[in-house]
Amino acid sequence: MLRSSASKLARSAIPLVGARNATTVAPTSDIFKPLKYGGKYTVSLIPGDGIGAEVSESVKAIFKADNVPVEWEQIDVTGVGNSEDGIRESVQSLKKNKVGLKGILFTPVERSGHSSFNVALRQELDIFASLVLIKNIPGVQTRHSGIDMCLIRENTEGEYSGLEHQSVPGVVESLKIITKYKSERISRFAFEFALKNNRKAVTVVHKANIMKLADGLFRRTVQDMGAEYPTIKTNDMIVDNASMQAVSNPQQFDVLVLPNLYGSILSNIGAGLVGGPGLVPGCNIGRDIAVFEPGCRHVGLDIKGTNQANPSALILSSAMMLRHLGLESHADRISNGVYAVLAEGQVRTPDLKGTNTTSEFTKAVLDKMESL
Amino acid sequence: MISFSRSVVASRPAVMAFRRFNSDVAAFKGVKNAAGKYTVTLIEGDGIGTEISAAVKDIYAAAKVPITWEPVDVTPILKDGKTAIPDEAIASVKRNFVALKGPLATPIGKGHVSLNLTLRRTFNLFANLRPCRSVVGYKTPYDNVDTVLIRENTEGEYSGIEHVVVDGVVQSIKLITRPACERVIRYAFQHAIATGKPKVLVVHKASIMKMSDGLFLQIAREVAKEYPQIELGAELLDNTCLKIVTDPEPYKPVVMVMPNLYGDILSDMCSGLIGGLGLTPSGNMGDEVSIFEAVHGSAPDIAGKGLANPTALLLSSVMMLRHMKLNEYADKIENAVLSTIASGPENITGDLKGTANTKHFTEEIIKRL
Repeated sequence: MLRSSASKLARSAIPLVGARNATTVAPTSDIFKPLKYGGKYTVSLIPGDGIGAEVSESVKAIFKADNVPVEWEQIDVTGVGNSEDGIRESVQSLKKNKVGLKGILFTPVERSGHSSFNVALRQELDIFASLVLIKNIPGVQTRHSGIDMCLIRENTEGEYSGLEHQSVPGVVESLKIITKYKSERISRFAFEFALKNNRKAVTVVHKANIMKLADGLFRRTVQDMGAEYPTIKTNDMIVDNASMQAVSNPQQFDVLVLPNLYGSILSNIGAGLVGGPGLVPGCNIGRDIAVFEPGCRHVGLDIKGTNQANPSALILSSAMMLRHLGLESHADRISNGVYAVLAEGQVRTPDLKGTNTTSEFTKAVLDKMESL
Repeated sequence: MISFSRSVVASRPAVMAFRRFNSDVAAFKGVKNAAGKYTVTLIEGDGIGTEISAAVKDIYAAAKVPITWEPVDVTPILKDGKTAIPDEAIASVKRNFVALKGPLATPIGKGHVSLNLTLRRTFNLFANLRPCRSVVGYKTPYDNVDTVLIRENTEGEYSGIEHVVVDGVVQSIKLITRPACERVIRYAFQHAIATGKPKVLVVHKASIMKMSDGLFLQIAREVAKEYPQIELGAELLDNTCLKIVTDPEPYKPVVMVMPNLYGDILSDMCSGLIGGLGLTPSGNMGDEVSIFEAVHGSAPDIAGKGLANPTALLLSSVMMLRHMKLNEYADKIENAVLSTIASGPENITGDLKGTANTKHFTEEIIKRL
């Protein structure tokens, strides 16, 4: 059901290819116009599976304490089981509210299981750009220091097309789709992001020496667009080398733009470098919808319900959301609170070798916000 | 015929179903010559290849390894418009069953496929074996790395099947077949047994690629039944990346096995943990022949200056000796190489922040044999 409508969306993109499409016009004006009723924004909240419920509670508590003018519209959808009802409700809610905060939905590995709801949601809403910020956090000791990179990942095609078939038993083909249209809009996003955030370089990560046509198209598109941004340096790196460089010399990276799968790989390597998935915020941006979710997408089923999860990733993602809504002062207060607690290191969840619970960490952030 | 339906597989006894390959996957078939020595094909390679090959030859002569080198030239020729390796080189590798290879520069220009790919295809080298171990004497942020990774080498994302559907829409096909999966997974289990590792870990993305990676995973579960002494695990690619980078320690008792692209990326990432490709050995295993190689580049900038670091080629040759069951020599040479690197910057080359040239480094190794 969802799959077919998603592929319809993909097909409808094809006729646009030749024409000068919308994304070649730089997104300058405020295209996001979330609705504000009675002085409050309505935001879709999808806690997701695993640790989602617990870390969402942290965010709700913090927003309440800070009197953030946000009304939650919570949808308790789960990827455990096969029901697509919740995901349809999520899509409707997000289309209406245009902004959401989301945990991660579980995806079964079994062949009989449903396809990823996370991917379906991104394809259905066409939230094409995933932005993950990988930066050392003061107070969190890791092997490398001085890391500050932004990963911009194409979110709707590539290896995640969902197109697979078995030609004869024992022979399977899986299609990776790269289109000029989608490569162009993600490149545009990357360069505009670099420009607005005072970044110096955009690196396109690819495997064009092997996948000459598919990754070749992606690389060429980014490089061509780079010519329009003379103040930003454009370079390229093969994905295996990029992974090797990321663990040995990660300080060299600035903004990275990647096809879907490589984005997943590099964002996880990046999260490992700066202290784990509990610390890395992220968001998914489309033409008029933005969904904020932890950057390194881990469900955390193993620690579900144990009050051990580090809520920082979702709280920081929610702060990014507040900036997106123009609620800067709330965003500053909340993110400063989180960073201060992490920097002091008195209250820490087990992923950072601490012994505190999710609720204790949340309380520490709340206390900190009052004293700031 | 190698492919048949699942129901047929299920109805056959497990052993029968897998009789399509040598039960000892990728075993060495060479025999000693009249002088009591094995002949090994040597592809010296381009750039620094000559220098690092010379170092290997000197060290092997000093260690009295029962090997005669047979140098061959693999400068590619175009055969019917396709990149090919000269017939003499092919004949040499086929005769000797084993080769050691330095870095090759892929000629730039239309019509040439990468030589490495050509070699893999010519000899059907289905598995790439990449161990990574922290090297004492070269400090990196990680000092407890000891990983082994086996990469499927013939299909997957590297099938080379791509086409432009309409202008601006490209389709690239990842091909996963039962025989190729079975062969590489079986090799992983046998490698685990041979090296005393208790666990095989399949790295996959079957949550998204349910059919292709799903098939890889399913075959692993089938093959695992034949090796009850080895535990089988499965992990999502993202998780593996995150966990190795966070702490590689838990991957010590594990042999990882995965499809082509993931293996390519993760093997280089693991090399990054220990200090790069200059310290990483690699073996390409096939049913008939195996080629051991240095995976770093040919470094044209320092070629001919006597500054190159032969460690990767030496460690690859050590893997080769173990493959040929010449373990005693392998241990001797490996210990000499590692203790030389650990002995201080005056004995190691510039890429490892040392001051020695290739000659001095080689002499130090020979001293420690």
